[in-house]
Amino acid sequence: MEYTKETLAKAYRLMKSIREFEERMRSEYQQGKFPGFIHIYRNQEAIAVAACLDMNDGDYIASTHRGHGHCIAKGCDLEGMMLELACKEDGFCNGKGGSMHIADMSKGMLGANAIVGGGPPIAAGAALTAKTLKNRGVSMAFIGDGASDQGTVAESLNLAVVLKLPMIFMYENNFYAEFTRNPKPNGRIAERAGAYGMPSVVVDGSDFFAMHAACSEAITRARDGGGPTAIEALSARYYGHFEGDAQAYRDTEEMQRQRIEGDPLPRFLADPRAGALDQDTIQAIDAQIQEDLDKAVERALAADDPTPDKLFTNVYVNYEGELR
Amino acid sequence: MRMSIREAINQALHEEMARDERVIVMGEDVASDQGGVYGITAGLPQKFGLERVIDTPITESVIVGAAGGAALTGLRPVAELMFVDFLGVCLDQLLNQIAKFRYMFGGQARTPVVIRTMIGAGMGTGPQHSQILYPLLAAIPGIKVVVPSNAADAKGLLAEAIRQDDPVVFCEHKAIYTEECEVPEGDYVIPFGQARTVVEGSDITVVAMSRMAIFAEQAAKQLAGEGISVEVIDPRTLSPLDEGSILNSLAKTGRLVVVDEANPICSMASEVAGIAVERGFDYLDAPVRRVTAPHTPVPATPCLEAQYVPSVEDIVAAIKTTLDY
Repeated sequence: MEYTKETLAKAYRLMKSIREFEERMRSEYQQGKFPGFIHIYRNQEAIAVAACLDMNDGDYIASTHRGHGHCIAKGCDLEGMMLELACKEDGFCNGKGGSMHIADMSKGMLGANAIVGGGPPIAAGAALTAKTLKNRGVSMAFIGDGASDQGTVAESLNLAVVLKLPMIFMYENNFYAEFTRNPKPNGRIAERAGAYGMPSVVVDGSDFFAMHAACSEAITRARDGGGPTAIEALSARYYGHFEGDAQAYRDTEEMQRQRIEGDPLPRFLADPRAGALDQDTIQAIDAQIQEDLDKAVERALAADDPTPDKLFTNVYVNYEGELR
Repeated sequence: MRMSIREAINQALHEEMARDERVIVMGEDVASDQGGVYGITAGLPQKFGLERVIDTPITESVIVGAAGGAALTGLRPVAELMFVDFLGVCLDQLLNQIAKFRYMFGGQARTPVVIRTMIGAGMGTGPQHSQILYPLLAAIPGIKVVVPSNAADAKGLLAEAIRQDDPVVFCEHKAIYTEECEVPEGDYVIPFGQARTVVEGSDITVVAMSRMAIFAEQAAKQLAGEGISVEVIDPRTLSPLDEGSILNSLAKTGRLVVVDEANPICSMASEVAGIAVERGFDYLDAPVRRVTAPHTPVPATPCLEAQYVPSVEDIVAAIKTTLDY
């Protein structure tokens, strides 16, 4: 596949935005400026960006608790995200979702999900909508290696095959289910899809170009009515399960090696297919990201909290009774 | 036109599917020739096709969850959870996903999904196919709960449920599907949060829902022969709950019995009693009495099941005790 400079610049900007957004988040979070739990996506950036590159706003994704990267890859605005992660009134979800429930319906981002394995049935429903309306839309569920063992995932795989849904199961195997090393050899997760009659592929998740080739094929198959595909993307988690996790359960040497080898950014830039991306463009993108993040953080920290009446808003579209 | 609850629900589904092509029906066996266990969806696949009447595998989590996801993205699914007891295998999708989309997404989401489900004892279906469970559902912010007790209400409430933009659980009592009454001609909906006065009376208020509204009506008729005037109120929807109608009736009668086929702890009977005590205390001339199933599972054996389900006699006795206070 040939890549235009514009596409390369977009892919780089999105991957780098995820990286820098989250590093800024970590630093602010460590200073106690953001509430709740956050889960960092570092070194998995190529997965989300490759996955969403061929999608548009009418295509859907159902994300996970580790969802910042999915949001950014799907085109969500950094400032709106930062406001939501700071739980402010002007965030995407009026501060009532936060990091683990952030959603942007205008971008087809159907929500992070604090229930492990909660997203695939919802993504299957979005795929059912696309199939019913015949609009060539596709839907993708992001599923961690931990979530891959949930019954909801098995049920969704089966339904997707039975109804031939335009859906992609994007397994992100980052080697650790919370604090427990995934005991399954790589590739075993995607293999399960085959038992349901679904094609699957195992890809190096830190190789943007390999990821994009697999995702393009799966998305095209789904759009053309060819049914669902499972992709298992391998990419070791850089940080812990959540920010603040000391990771005593990981071997330090191995982790250091994984951190370097699994970094998708230098690998992307070193690839001959990214050759059209010149240093000036890269520097301009980097500078723009820093400027955007400075502005987003400044606005998020200064923004207003939701007012007390917001406790009662948007429980229902319309409730024929009193909420108290 | 006179028809049964089953026919009324079937007619509402036909009319709503004809009215709005975004309405789909999905669930286990819904597209089968017989229209599911009780024939509720009969005729739909022939009329609307298998793309809109979708048989699913026996996988309740993804039936409910995919219905929610489809609602979130533009369809108006009516999904069938065959028996409410199966909530046990799919509660997450309702409790943590569907019910919370709108709130946790800051009002970005509309989730116009209806979950139709069968409730109740009386058919010898035992511990895992006979429960009520609607109090558990009514306790969840973000979903609405409907419990019709006659065909006219069933039709108008289901039409309203399908046209609503909020998630609704529509609870059909399996022991009253064949109950018949007059159903208005033509298109109509019954707004949520509006109780129906089943029987007007002045001595005592009985609040009863689903099958128990029928039993309460029978108790009222029986007691009318003894010169006791019972007012029976059927809330029809449990969330939202028409507290005003209940309190207005209580203001008139001063006495309250609540009949609920649910288990007693955290039941709708408890909820209505709590409302009466908190907001209608000055009206009360006697303690509020609850008539519920006991705090036990539903036994399969018909003899114990009959003991489990509140009876007309139980309601009559509770009314008399309350009046004698």
